[in-house]
Amino acid sequence: MKYKLYIKTIITGVLLSVFVFSCTDDFVEVSPEYSIDSENYFNSEDDYYYALISAYDLLQTTYQNVLVGEIASPLMLCGGEKVDDVIGWRHIADMNHTPVNDNLHEIWNRMFAGVQRSNYFMEFKDNIDFEGKEKMIGEVRFLRAYYYFELVKWFGPVPLKVDKRFEVGDEESIPRASVSDVYEQIEKDLIYAISVLDYTTPEAGRATKGSAQALLGKAYLYQEKFTEAASILDTLITEGPYYLVTDYASIWEDDGENGPESVFEVQYTHVEGGSYDYMQGVEGNIMVGFSGPYNYEGPVFASGNRFGLPTQEAVDAFDANDLRLDVTILDMDAWVAETGATYTPGYEHTGYFNRKYIPRAVREGQLPDVKLTHPNNYRAIRYSDVLLMAAEAYNRGNIDDSKAQTYLNEVRRRAFGDTNHDITATGTALTDAIYYERSVELMGEGHYFFDLVRTGRAADKIDGFVAGKNEVFPIPLEEIQFSNGNWQQNPNY
Amino acid sequence: MKKLLFFLVVFIFVGSEIFAQQITVTGIVTEESDGQVLPGATIIEKGTNNGTTTNIDGHYSITVSTDAVLQFSFVGMQMQEVPVNGQSVINITLKTDITDLEEIIVIGYGSVKKKDLTGAVSVVGSETIEDLQPVKVEQALQGTVAGVNITNRSGAPGADLDIRIRGISTNGDASPVVIIDGYQGNLNTLNPNDIESITVLKDAQAAIYGTVGANGIILVTTKKGVKNDLVVNFNSSYGIQETSRKLHLLDATEYAVIINESYAANGEEIPFTDISSYGGGTDWQNQIFSTAPIYANDISIASGNDNTVYTFSASDVEQDGIIGGDKTGFGRSTGRFSLNSDITEWLKVNTSLTYTHIDQKSINDFALGSVLFNAINMAPTMPVYDANGDYYLAPGSLGAEVINPLAQIDNTYNDYNLNKFNGTIGLESNFAKHFTATARIGFNTTNTDYKSFSKIVDYGGKVFDINRSSVYQSRENFNDYTFDAFVSYDNIFFESHNINITLGTTVFKEWGDGLNATGYDIPYNSWEYADISLANGLNASKATGSYIYDQRRLSYFGRIQYDYEGKYLLSAMLRRDASTKFGPNNRVAYFPSATAGWVISDESFMSGFDFIDRLKLRVSYGILGSDKIGSYRYISQLNGEAQYVFDGELVSGTAIGPLANPNIKWEESEQFDVGIDFKILNNRLDINADYFIKNTNDLLIPAVPVSGIFGTSAPGAESPTVNAGTVQNKGFEFAIGYRGTVLNDLNYRINFNITTLENEVLDVNNGTGFYEGGAFSVGQPAPARMEEGQPMGYFYGYKTDGIFQNQAEVDAHPSQAALGTEASPGDIRFVDVNEDGVIDSDDRTYIGDPIPNMTLGLNISLNYKGFDFLAYAYASLGNEIVRNYERTQPNVNKLDYNLDRWIWEGSSTEVPRVTNGATTNKVFSDFYVEDGSFLRLQNVQLGYSLPENITQKVKLDKVRLYVGVTNVFTLTNYMGFDPAASTGAPIGGGIDYGFYPAARTYTFGLNLTL
Repeated sequence: MKYKLYIKTIITGVLLSVFVFSCTDDFVEVSPEYSIDSENYFNSEDDYYYALISAYDLLQTTYQNVLVGEIASPLMLCGGEKVDDVIGWRHIADMNHTPVNDNLHEIWNRMFAGVQRSNYFMEFKDNIDFEGKEKMIGEVRFLRAYYYFELVKWFGPVPLKVDKRFEVGDEESIPRASVSDVYEQIEKDLIYAISVLDYTTPEAGRATKGSAQALLGKAYLYQEKFTEAASILDTLITEGPYYLVTDYASIWEDDGENGPESVFEVQYTHVEGGSYDYMQGVEGNIMVGFSGPYNYEGPVFASGNRFGLPTQEAVDAFDANDLRLDVTILDMDAWVAETGATYTPGYEHTGYFNRKYIPRAVREGQLPDVKLTHPNNYRAIRYSDVLLMAAEAYNRGNIDDSKAQTYLNEVRRRAFGDTNHDITATGTALTDAIYYERSVELMGEGHYFFDLVRTGRAADKIDGFVAGKNEVFPIPLEEIQFSNGNWQQNPNY
Repeated sequence: MKKLLFFLVVFIFVGSEIFAQQITVTGIVTEESDGQVLPGATIIEKGTNNGTTTNIDGHYSITVSTDAVLQFSFVGMQMQEVPVNGQSVINITLKTDITDLEEIIVIGYGSVKKKDLTGAVSVVGSETIEDLQPVKVEQALQGTVAGVNITNRSGAPGADLDIRIRGISTNGDASPVVIIDGYQGNLNTLNPNDIESITVLKDAQAAIYGTVGANGIILVTTKKGVKNDLVVNFNSSYGIQETSRKLHLLDATEYAVIINESYAANGEEIPFTDISSYGGGTDWQNQIFSTAPIYANDISIASGNDNTVYTFSASDVEQDGIIGGDKTGFGRSTGRFSLNSDITEWLKVNTSLTYTHIDQKSINDFALGSVLFNAINMAPTMPVYDANGDYYLAPGSLGAEVINPLAQIDNTYNDYNLNKFNGTIGLESNFAKHFTATARIGFNTTNTDYKSFSKIVDYGGKVFDINRSSVYQSRENFNDYTFDAFVSYDNIFFESHNINITLGTTVFKEWGDGLNATGYDIPYNSWEYADISLANGLNASKATGSYIYDQRRLSYFGRIQYDYEGKYLLSAMLRRDASTKFGPNNRVAYFPSATAGWVISDESFMSGFDFIDRLKLRVSYGILGSDKIGSYRYISQLNGEAQYVFDGELVSGTAIGPLANPNIKWEESEQFDVGIDFKILNNRLDINADYFIKNTNDLLIPAVPVSGIFGTSAPGAESPTVNAGTVQNKGFEFAIGYRGTVLNDLNYRINFNITTLENEVLDVNNGTGFYEGGAFSVGQPAPARMEEGQPMGYFYGYKTDGIFQNQAEVDAHPSQAALGTEASPGDIRFVDVNEDGVIDSDDRTYIGDPIPNMTLGLNISLNYKGFDFLAYAYASLGNEIVRNYERTQPNVNKLDYNLDRWIWEGSSTEVPRVTNGATTNKVFSDFYVEDGSFLRLQNVQLGYSLPENITQKVKLDKVRLYVGVTNVFTLTNYMGFDPAASTGAPIGGGIDYGFYPAARTYTFGLNLTL
């Protein structure tokens, strides 16, 4: 009996001891394995480099800024499968967009994601020192300027935070900074970047001194600071290594990537697959797949989603002898007749496609979905853009029309292959010639709508464009709601 | 020799029939409780088919052999056996069968007698499971339990089912937690025949599982051995499955007419010039659907002695799909052992161990790009094979997303294997008088491996084209354990005060890891060689991945149960939980609850109401919790995606992943229930009714939209998980059961249950006032919302008002141009809901919701001599479904409602014109929202058990043969494949992306008991 009691006590004791064992809350204090806490990072040069890559990453999402910029212009229709294929784009194409627009919200979100990642780097920039850190900081500040330039271009005043990430609550307290304040920050960032960066980079695709100078010139031009713009762009033209390539057509082929005319280029690749559910993480140029002819079967090109269709007006804009027409616009009927290719027309079919950015034949090893993984880089700032911006600054700033002519004609001589088409006009006639030249030289590259807006010509040229309203796009409704009264909607939306 | 023995046995048997002396016995059968005579009671001579029943006065008369034994039985009464022993008059008093009330119901960390239950609890016993013979356990709950709704995600073999108890209250994971013999487990790897009972805790009764009880608790008790006996069960069945439904599509001629019309309407040249030449064309649905076999076998052995009982069981199910045959095959094998032993009179050990193996293959069976989707979009004018006997390639005119579905099945290769061990070992000690201590551990450990092969294939410029072969392989490990230790004290004071106190702790830990990789360039482009070991191709992007997790929960709980003479019952519970899902400040939460019961029928003032056998009132109130969210959402980690291209090469960096929410805390569900249990007519009529209100506060919502300035749209980033909003579910549950006997030997049982549900979002605490979800067509705004004052996940779109019959009607109506284009005659007319004179996105409104207003279940079973028959039906009323499987490409096939389209004025007021031109008819409106109400006859079965005198001869206790049909028919107006299917998503459920229909199965089976 005693023995039994003894056993009983032991067993019960063991059973009850588990209470004691598991009695502390330490058990639920677990930290994640193989995971890095974002607040304890930046301990090595590699850490900075990896964070720099993350800041570059969002550039790839600007495919939509480019495509929608074109759709908003009078030279390109929305297209697609049917009228409401992408409703947000449709509304912008018809200039009846409202604050309810998923696509505008994506642009807002992604550009701010770029800002946030840049600021994450900047927040910890002083953690350690190593050789070359200034250059990385220069690149990050260039990127922040690039994203803020997009934001101010699209939305006007936007909340501004520098070297610190936005935190929950900021949406209700940080106001939309004025356009000039945003530009001031963009200028500061770019001036710093220019001061630390070289014209060459260790790796193709990274921002250079030239990239920063060109973007700064552009920012000045958007503010109509012509003297500053002329100055920085002229420096870039005289000191930089850039020149126009002879063959305009070669620029948009694979061999033309990161070429001598490329001042800044957004990089894409076909080696990673992509899906429609996760477009922000796709490594290919989505604009390319979206611009191609649907169900295309034939040589040279590949199938796409038939958005962004050039109008007859776009074709007619070209002078008869302009060599750029056939490079810029694919006349599908002629192409079909010539090659026997087939495709399915869609909504708003014009017979024309944006040849610079429609998909080339699927690459060896290109991973699915191939419409999303075309590796065509976006030539964000081309040297001809720089020349035309310089020309505009010299002309509109009444600084030097002959210099303006020189830069303009440099572009035109390549376009026509001769000097017979040189412009000799001056004053406003020269201004118009420069405006015209930008519209054809840069057609299909996402600039025209914003050029029209900044030069005050949008209301004349774009059906449905309301002056005093459509110069900027509406702040997404959700953002207005999140801000809880802190941010006011843009006028007249 | 054997034959001779057989004849000898028969001779002796028959001989005894002939030579035994006969006697006529008469008597009267009365009921003990009230002394009333019992008409219709059954009297059978034991071991024979000789029997009779009592007349209206309770009298009977039967002629039997003098040494016979008479069995007296009546539904709801205990059977009595009386040896005749030469008596000619035998009067019998039958006692009420109280086993039903004495039934032990597990309620978590203990059990109570059914009569003492104070919570809303439903039980599905093994007999129901045996009746239904489900492939998956969840199917046994379909229509059998009030307040429980089961939806299937797909009819594909092995597809998951979703269980929802008392509505949808969360936007996260709304599924209940499953506890198997005390430990957290998973229904879909269980062999249904291993289950003794399934108990569903629907109200605050679940609060003892405070942490995880918010969506209800399902307690599974597995079978145990039997004392001093040997029972062997063997079940075998073979079934043929076929599709229960095909869509009504256009045949080739109709198709050509409609397509021509839509081209002509847009001023385009018509594609089909000779309509008479097409006939019926290819029925693509017939091409992909086929009949498919299903086999199921299981054997179990239960035995034991006075101190130890044990079971062994093994089962195997092999099922092919009705689409793709063995390309969608599902196989599940299980083996199980359980042992329960009284080591000493004060120490018991309980163990069980189950092994499960699942082998599954699948095809793309959901939404755009699925085999089914391709079959319904392929033009009926196109052949299956081309002139060379190869699969005909769908031309580009059908769109880049439509390919020949047969080719698609052929080119699909994958294989999924799961191996799982789960089990429990526990000790129970009555270490002192009135005290019991229990310590047990239950575990699950699962390994899976998966392989899929992407073959180089060219469909002619389709999105399915693959120009580089690859194989994806993954290995995953999932483990968890649940460790319980608790002590209970049970005593009776002053003879009538019963007290039970339970105190304990539970520790739950889950951990695991996974590793996956992709190999490129498979030799010979063949599945046979598809393995990373042979894939030598390199790729510039990272082709490997891995993950690891470790999550834990620590809980303490206490419960007091008190009753006075079993008449007044009270219980109170408190549980303290800590979970790794929350940050240090919000880690711990307390969940209190209380239940009470009053057995009114035991009161003396009820003595006048003798027809009431039992009447009990129950009330419960409690707060339950949920922590079903992703891990570490309270800290910011560098698990985002950062990839860019430098020098033409993909480079990877680091970036912040999901935005952290350091303040995230427990979701709390406040539940109130009042119910009655009612038994009358000698316990033959059984009624349970409950009214419940369930408010879920601080709803945990993953990826809740926040301002874009925080960078949550970056690759790999995500919006934070937050506590946002309150949802209310209230409703009424009513279950009624009746059992009786007619026509002497015909016993019947009817059970009916009905549940009403009212779901309303009470509060959404974000700036926009709503959350969106789901998808409709391509590029349209999200069609479903969670919004204050509306049901969860209601459909948000345009209201329609018929069809514009002429231009005058168009002109008289507010402009619809803002939806895309101006309307024309034949287009849908939308309602100007806000009456601002223009139809635009502000006119979107409530156009339906996916939550049924009412669900019903009806089960009938009949027994007549050796025959048994059962039928199970269930219905869902008032839920809407969005028809979202129609592609808007110009040349794809269409549903045949398009034959009733608008052609000219007056031709249709419901279906818009067909045209390739721009219309606003495709925007999300109530034209695409259908009534999803349905009534489904889920199961019909007819069985025959051989008489005992025959089975005895082959030494068997029971031999039963049966034929059955599952999913017999579905009555519904819904046009799609399966009104019962759902993705289960709280916001975005009820949208039909083209569900794989449930199979109808014809089964023949055999049950043997030894």
